[in-house]
Amino acid sequence: MLKTVFALLKKDLLLELRQQHSFYGILLYVASTIFVLYLSLNNPEADVWNALFWIIQLFVCVNAVAKSFLQESRGRMLYFYSIAGAREFIIAKLIYNIILMLLMSLMSLGLFFLLLKNPLTNPFQFVGIVCMGSISLSLVFTLLAAIAAKAQQNAALMAILGFPLIVPQLLLIIRLSKVAFGEMFRDGALLNLTLLIIGFDIMVLVLSIILFPFLWKD
Amino acid sequence: MRKSWWKILAVVLLVYTFTAGFLIKVPNIGNLKETIRNLFFHVPMWFGQIVLLTISLIYSILYLRNPNLKHDIYAAAFAKTGIVMGVLGLVTGSIWATYTWGEPWSNDPKQIGVAIALLIYFAYLVLRNAVPDIDKRAKVSAVYNIFAYFIYLPLIMILPRLVESLHPGGKGVQGNPGLNGADLDATMRLVFWPAVIGWTLLGTWISTLNIRINLIQDKNLINAE
Repeated sequence: MLKTVFALLKKDLLLELRQQHSFYGILLYVASTIFVLYLSLNNPEADVWNALFWIIQLFVCVNAVAKSFLQESRGRMLYFYSIAGAREFIIAKLIYNIILMLLMSLMSLGLFFLLLKNPLTNPFQFVGIVCMGSISLSLVFTLLAAIAAKAQQNAALMAILGFPLIVPQLLLIIRLSKVAFGEMFRDGALLNLTLLIIGFDIMVLVLSIILFPFLWKD
Repeated sequence: MRKSWWKILAVVLLVYTFTAGFLIKVPNIGNLKETIRNLFFHVPMWFGQIVLLTISLIYSILYLRNPNLKHDIYAAAFAKTGIVMGVLGLVTGSIWATYTWGEPWSNDPKQIGVAIALLIYFAYLVLRNAVPDIDKRAKVSAVYNIFAYFIYLPLIMILPRLVESLHPGGKGVQGNPGLNGADLDATMRLVFWPAVIGWTLLGTWISTLNIRINLIQDKNLINAE
């Protein structure tokens, strides 16, 4: 099982390396969005900075994850079906999306520092929170991408389905991010929030693994 | 008669809610005054909504285990009635808030929570309409329904405990997602719980009517299986 997951993951990563246009496409999307932000508001306040950062992560995630299932043609899905199980397939996709999203998030964080200054008091902590947030985002959107692909719809449907569902996690993450801006939390509240986000992640992971096989069969 | 006893019970309980709810002596608390009677209409909506959405979840799980189109019709109908109850709960809450908190919307965590819930379930309806193929629609929407429910439930169970709310029940470990049953006045409890049961039964009744219409409309499809 581990070998199959690894092979599928390797195939996705190789595909990414060989068809770099899509990767650079998303990168350009990130860069131009942040550049527009830079032009429209120079030196935003900490709260605005935080909110904008996460909203942009949300849009980046929709664009980056959407293609993970939409790019697979019907014939190729049938081929995967014959060589691997549904569980292996979704696990490989989840890991791949997490890697992709981590890269994108860290790059957009760099661009934010470069163009929109740095209101953070504790940048290293924020990097950790960004990693956690991008994992949450990619987990939720992977299953939604599978649903949207199954419904033979475009990324727009994924956004419609995903935005309300991601709100709880996004709120928690934005709340948690404030710690990196120097906001004081009650004792234990920080740990609680972190555990809550991790708990959400685990639940989404389990649900994805349980539910995906039903989508996959036709 | 044997099968419709719960419909009669629903009517009796609701008649009781509407008469006793407006007539009993209510405690005079702070600026609530007589608006406290809204408790018999606003809160049961949320109890009803959770029950109906849970039934919808069960039928979605049943559909995935045994792909029978009937289960899909049941799941959709219960989710739709759940949405209606959610909207009614939001409206009754907003009216109540106008007179007690001063404005219909004050970004209270519970208000935000139910607004998100409604968006999630509206997305469910959008998804259902987006897929033309009936079997595929049933399968995809069942998966989404299960996923949505398990995100929605923690949202309304955990979020109110984390942040300050204008709703009764306080915050922190005591931040009850509903309201603290022990806080309820004894005479009000006598109307409140029948009201909860009455409204929930009414929601179920509406759903079953919707289901029967859908079953007749899709008769050919179901028999074809």
